[in-house]
Amino acid sequence: MKVGVVTFPGSLDDVDAQRAVRIGGHEAVALWHGDHDLHGVDAVVLPGGFSYGDYLRCGAISRFSPVMTEVIEAAGKGMPVLGICNGFQILCESHLLPGALIRNDHRKFACRDQRLSIDNVATPWTASYTQGQEVTIVLKNGEGGFVADTETLDRLEGEGQVVARYVGDNPNGSMRAIAGVTNERGNVVGLMPHPEHAVEDLTGAGTDGLGFFTSLAAAAFA
Amino acid sequence: MPKVVVDVMPKPEILDPQGKAVLGALPRLGFDGVTDVRQGKRFELEVAGEVTDEVLARVHEMAATLLSNPVIENFTVHVDEAVADTPDVLS
Repeated sequence: MKVGVVTFPGSLDDVDAQRAVRIGGHEAVALWHGDHDLHGVDAVVLPGGFSYGDYLRCGAISRFSPVMTEVIEAAGKGMPVLGICNGFQILCESHLLPGALIRNDHRKFACRDQRLSIDNVATPWTASYTQGQEVTIVLKNGEGGFVADTETLDRLEGEGQVVARYVGDNPNGSMRAIAGVTNERGNVVGLMPHPEHAVEDLTGAGTDGLGFFTSLAAAAFA
Repeated sequence: MPKVVVDVMPKPEILDPQGKAVLGALPRLGFDGVTDVRQGKRFELEVAGEVTDEVLARVHEMAATLLSNPVIENFTVHVDEAVADTPDVLS
């Protein structure tokens, strides 16, 4: 599959995400935030970083960049979209995902190997995992606290829209230890930890993150 | 130039780590008696021409679209007459 990775001004992990896409068996297509079309990609990754310097709010300005108009339209038609960290923030600001991400409750930047449980394997980004599987992937954020009102949290849990949860210590004060969520349709996923940094033994805590990129193929042929 | 001010505050039920950090620092500096601090943002928009109801409606739209995130923040809009009328004392 052709997987687009958007570079915003301030993106940091776009090249890592492209690499993870390739290791996952797909063709990576570099997309620019000023693009007005998606160059025929089958899926899109919004990478981590500090788009537009995180000014105003994380992801708030990126949400209005030209490429996001295309991404929002394609997501509405069912295209798989994965937002990682800053990408997750952009998806929340775009209202493609519910809730918002605020500054960590302990007010420190968190950087660690994080245990997660994968609680929804019915998305195109998690189909390679088994329900409830525990994985370790890197987490690094300053504003990773997931918040939503009680009604939204109940709905997310009731409808199985919680994709991943923190296991052990909650690294950023996220409500109900939510690390990732999906939309009602299940094609858009936001995740605070960084699976693209856990795809090779040489450079990380293992390869537990690779499933996020191999899942696309499993989902396509399921 | 007329100024329209948009004040954005985190919703009461949303944790405000910035406010908490300030609250923690105050007693260390000898400022006692403050029981809570919430930190928000203030936007001062200079507009061309008069501040009509139409202009205010557009500012409301800006505030709801970009300046605030309705999931976590509330905002208020008001016209700052004082700023518009006060001569600049520093010049």
